[in-house]
Amino acid sequence: MFLKFLLRRLLYVVPMLIITTMIVFSFILLIPGDPVLSLLGENATPEKIEQLRAQLGLDKPILIQYLDWLKNAIQGDLGRSIFTGQYVHEAVFSRLAVTFQLVVAAMLFAVVGGMFFAITSIYFPNSWIDYVARFFGTLGSAIPNFWLAMLLVLLFSLKFDWLPATGFVSITDNPVGFIKSIILPAFSLGMVGIAQITRHLRSSLMETMGADYVRTAFSKGVTRWQAIMRHGLQNAMLPVVTTIGILFGNMLGATVVIETIFAIPGMGQLAVNSILQRDFTMLQGVVLIMIVIVIIINFIVDIVYAILDPRIEY
Amino acid sequence: MNFKTIFKKLMAERMAFVSLIFLLILVIVAITAPYIVPHDPLKQDLTKVMLPPSAEHWLGTDELGRDIFSRLLMGTQSAIKAGLFAILIPLCIGVPMGIISGYLGGIVDDIFMRIVDGIIAIPAILLALGITGALGISLWNAMIAIGIVFTPQFARLARGQTLQVRSEPYVEAAKISGAGPIWTMVKHIIPNIAPPIVVQASFNLSYAILVEASLSFLGMGAQSPEISWGNMIQQAYSMINMNPWMIIYPGLAIMLTVLAGNFLGDGLRSALDPKVKKA
Repeated sequence: MFLKFLLRRLLYVVPMLIITTMIVFSFILLIPGDPVLSLLGENATPEKIEQLRAQLGLDKPILIQYLDWLKNAIQGDLGRSIFTGQYVHEAVFSRLAVTFQLVVAAMLFAVVGGMFFAITSIYFPNSWIDYVARFFGTLGSAIPNFWLAMLLVLLFSLKFDWLPATGFVSITDNPVGFIKSIILPAFSLGMVGIAQITRHLRSSLMETMGADYVRTAFSKGVTRWQAIMRHGLQNAMLPVVTTIGILFGNMLGATVVIETIFAIPGMGQLAVNSILQRDFTMLQGVVLIMIVIVIIINFIVDIVYAILDPRIEY
Repeated sequence: MNFKTIFKKLMAERMAFVSLIFLLILVIVAITAPYIVPHDPLKQDLTKVMLPPSAEHWLGTDELGRDIFSRLLMGTQSAIKAGLFAILIPLCIGVPMGIISGYLGGIVDDIFMRIVDGIIAIPAILLALGITGALGISLWNAMIAIGIVFTPQFARLARGQTLQVRSEPYVEAAKISGAGPIWTMVKHIIPNIAPPIVVQASFNLSYAILVEASLSFLGMGAQSPEISWGNMIQQAYSMINMNPWMIIYPGLAIMLTVLAGNFLGDGLRSALDPKVKKA
């Protein structure tokens, strides 16, 4: 039964992948004028122009171009960078681990922070912490993440000199250095997540705490803490799972900004650099792989949701 | 529910009302900015660099001696433009497509919704980056990208609402009395799907301002001497060691505008939804 459910979800994912690949591919149609000349600039050598023309296969019909590109992409070949000549897939995959560590750390901030604020605000209603939680829930999604990042750098790097302002240390090289280098970027990236999880979890906990069966539980002598933990969270976890799925895509997108500020050599920084260098094939490759990751994660989130929710029958 | 009752309800939501006023002021500032700025926002004066706030320069001057308050006022234009693009392009393209798709149903609807799902799966900023990267870097192209990014959401919303309204008795009645599909869509469907679209438009405004600021910050939106809150922050960041205060103002401007859009959206949602009653 579960296998059948998985297959059905997969049948939904495949057209999604086809359409997103088409969109990423069709970016090339948006390049004004002759794409090759436009990408290489005016002083490109004729050999270089010919080489790129052959790589992009622009003389063929557009559908054939797409299918050729897709065939290569599926085999892991995303072409070569226009700017450096490096293989696109090598460049992207070498940066995958960095971005992955950043996004996971940001998600940790979002989940732990969001749960902390939501639970404490429900446990102490109308206390100062409740107001702080509501304040964060509203403000957190309005703060531009790059601005927050700068304020944090200003405070913790320039004023107190506690944490590095830029750079990245991989967790496999030096765990302590990793934690130091990741706190500011991950918090800036995770702020929106803290806000959204706080909001969603808080309102869903509030709803549960007012439900009849929780009142019954209270009358049987259950403490407020037990009610939150046992009844509240059980019901509230589902919307949180959905939020995490949505957040993941947003965070991966936002790495373009955060990695630029903190000079973190991840996929987001690669995307930004490739635009500034007019490196179109590289840009296409990074965006494509990021989107595929988002789709896979959302697929996993859907499955987790189905497993957690007893109402869904496979 | 007529316009007057909706407006009254919106007035009752204090934050939403304040936000509406704030946004209206911003729009007026954006339109009149070139005439009301106290100093020329582009005029450099190297004898007056990085001055602290004073009576002459309310928020001080930047590293080239330009008046920060004037630049902030001019920056309103980019933000409001981004908000407008994020509402108008989806309204003109996404909504009609959504209505037609929902109204026709069948295979057209299926294909259309798969495309919309596909675009929505792409994180907004990535899609905007991809489009700007292909079109070429300019503020104008960034605006187009922002407009495209928000289009599928409107299409999905319009389609969903159309599906709900399509089978309502009064629509059926109109059809039976001989109303053509276009008449039905314009006369019966559009007025009924408008409320959720207005709410979404308000949230789009917020999000578009964030996306525009991010793009300009990355150097992919407004190009100097064009002014955007995003590239003001970027310029200020390069001076962060010498004058940290410069990054505060444009960031606050973005945050307040985004907050206003969110509050307005929340307020509109409860004002327009007949099911939500004020306690």
